[in-house]
Amino acid sequence: MEKVAGKSILKGIAIGKILFYQKGELQVKRVKVADIASEKARYEDAKKKAVEQLNALYQKAVKEVGEVNAGVFEVQAMMVEDGDYVDSIVNIIESEQVNAEYAVATTGDNFAKMFAEMEDDYFRARAADVKDISERIVHALCGLENSGNIGDEPVIIVADDLAPSETVQMDKDKLLAFVTRFGSSNSHTAILARTMNIPALIGVDIKEEWHGKLAALDGNQGILYVDPDEKTLEQLKGAKEEEEKSREMLQSLKGKEDVTLDGKKIKLYANIGGVKDVASVLANDAAGIGLFRSEFLYLEAEDYPDEESQFQAYKTVAQNMAGKKVIVRTLDIGADKQIGYFNLAHEDNPAMGYRAIRICLDRIEIFKTQLRALLRASAFGNIAIMYPMIISVNEVRQIKEVVEYVKKELDVQGVPYGDFEQGIMIETPAAVMISDMLAEEVDFFSIGTNDLTQYTLAIDRQNMKLDNIYDAHHPAVLRMIQMTIENGHKHGCWVGICGELGADLSLTKTFIEMGIDELSVSPAFVLPVRKNIRETKIEKS
Amino acid sequence: MIKFTFTVHDEMGLHARPAGALVKEAAKCTSKVTIRKGDRIGDAKRIFNVMGLSIKANEEVELIVEGDKEQEEAAALESFIKENI
Repeated sequence: MEKVAGKSILKGIAIGKILFYQKGELQVKRVKVADIASEKARYEDAKKKAVEQLNALYQKAVKEVGEVNAGVFEVQAMMVEDGDYVDSIVNIIESEQVNAEYAVATTGDNFAKMFAEMEDDYFRARAADVKDISERIVHALCGLENSGNIGDEPVIIVADDLAPSETVQMDKDKLLAFVTRFGSSNSHTAILARTMNIPALIGVDIKEEWHGKLAALDGNQGILYVDPDEKTLEQLKGAKEEEEKSREMLQSLKGKEDVTLDGKKIKLYANIGGVKDVASVLANDAAGIGLFRSEFLYLEAEDYPDEESQFQAYKTVAQNMAGKKVIVRTLDIGADKQIGYFNLAHEDNPAMGYRAIRICLDRIEIFKTQLRALLRASAFGNIAIMYPMIISVNEVRQIKEVVEYVKKELDVQGVPYGDFEQGIMIETPAAVMISDMLAEEVDFFSIGTNDLTQYTLAIDRQNMKLDNIYDAHHPAVLRMIQMTIENGHKHGCWVGICGELGADLSLTKTFIEMGIDELSVSPAFVLPVRKNIRETKIEKS
Repeated sequence: MIKFTFTVHDEMGLHARPAGALVKEAAKCTSKVTIRKGDRIGDAKRIFNVMGLSIKANEEVELIVEGDKEQEEAAALESFIKENI
């Protein structure tokens, strides 16, 4: 048995024979040609053929992996016909009086280099597209077709790297997993693996001699076993069965209500950190978004993000969620989550420092810009706004004054906005202790259990030494949650949990018995929590 | 000559698909269409030019339209970008 490690792109287990995939690589030779005109005509033919092939691949891919993922072939076809690319090839044929194969290969290398030198990971990975199209044209020049024939038996594909045109041509029913030496988590292989939901391992030191051998890929650990021994094989087979069973079980919960055995309905929402996470919220069938961290807008920008770009992001999410609740948390940064252009001074104790709402109420213009964007987006869906790090009634009143001001401003300008709920994060012991008073001011509470635990237990979350006594199940924390729920309900607020504890399956029942109205968890936890909710029977009133 | 600016909101920037869409739309114009990011410019009708600018999320870019039909073509491009990019 041989055991090799790699970077896992998708969890899961695959067992099957290895197919060592080799490209039909052609050695391109530089040959002098006399008849320049006919060489150019050969190239024109090959170019046309390449475009035709890519258009056909696009059609095939649309059916198999959807329009979005198929888009790569449309773009590749444009690359084949790109003015600069074509000019360079023709120019090499003419000026060096050489064969078209050489001109294409040289141009391909040069253009690939341009991408390979870019800073951005995504654009750097596009060098593979340039190589792919150049190879396609060279193949057409030689009268060869790119083929993706992998035989009749389901296999684990092992390759140096795979081009999109190669993966799409493979018969999807025959693919168990991908293992490659190169590629990044942005590469097409990785994207395809995610779309097809099959395990993939990259950065593996692959060997040609594996071809035809039995292998087991453990995507959970990022390990490939070639020629696995009996024990390993049995173990992984068992794990695979378990996985399939529980996956099927969970999938069958899609579309089902989040309701306990005795009929109490829970709002089961998802937490997201950016627009791109909406897809997994929908895929996991969450009833809404309980925490939309707005920090990404600020972290990814080089200067304060303007109202328009924020508005677009909130609007996109609100529209995609089509009327389902989207709770956006306003800016929550501090000295521990630094953003250069905010120019925040170094602090010895950032957890208790100048952060979140404290910054927003001090630098009011930043706050107003975000509120304007949020209010405008509220006209396009079911937006709710949530404020972090609250410790006093006075803060909430100040916030509401700013909101009123922004509303008036929009009224004067004739800019529409919708109705929106306003709530606060309960993440300080202070907020818990005055939750009855705070409840009079807002529509809902969302308990941020990570910070609440840190502040209640006086344990720095970042301090590894204290990990063993950081106990999120500490009775003090659970009593805080209980008190918040009771006070909220007494004074007309609904109460949710958006911290990590919300996804703690051992506590689902406890929270429901406490009277929780909403749980917001990361998308992957929606279905497991739904399962728990549906199996819960409330034992005390 | 008509100029207008826009910001790419897609988290991955002006990646292959939207870049392709923009090039396809620009190619329909009779005008010369130039794309500018900072001090770098490219021909908006050429995919490698556009992708070569490596435009990232929230970066501002300018489109410059020059030609006999620049008025209507610039307007068409602007509304296309608003809706699709």
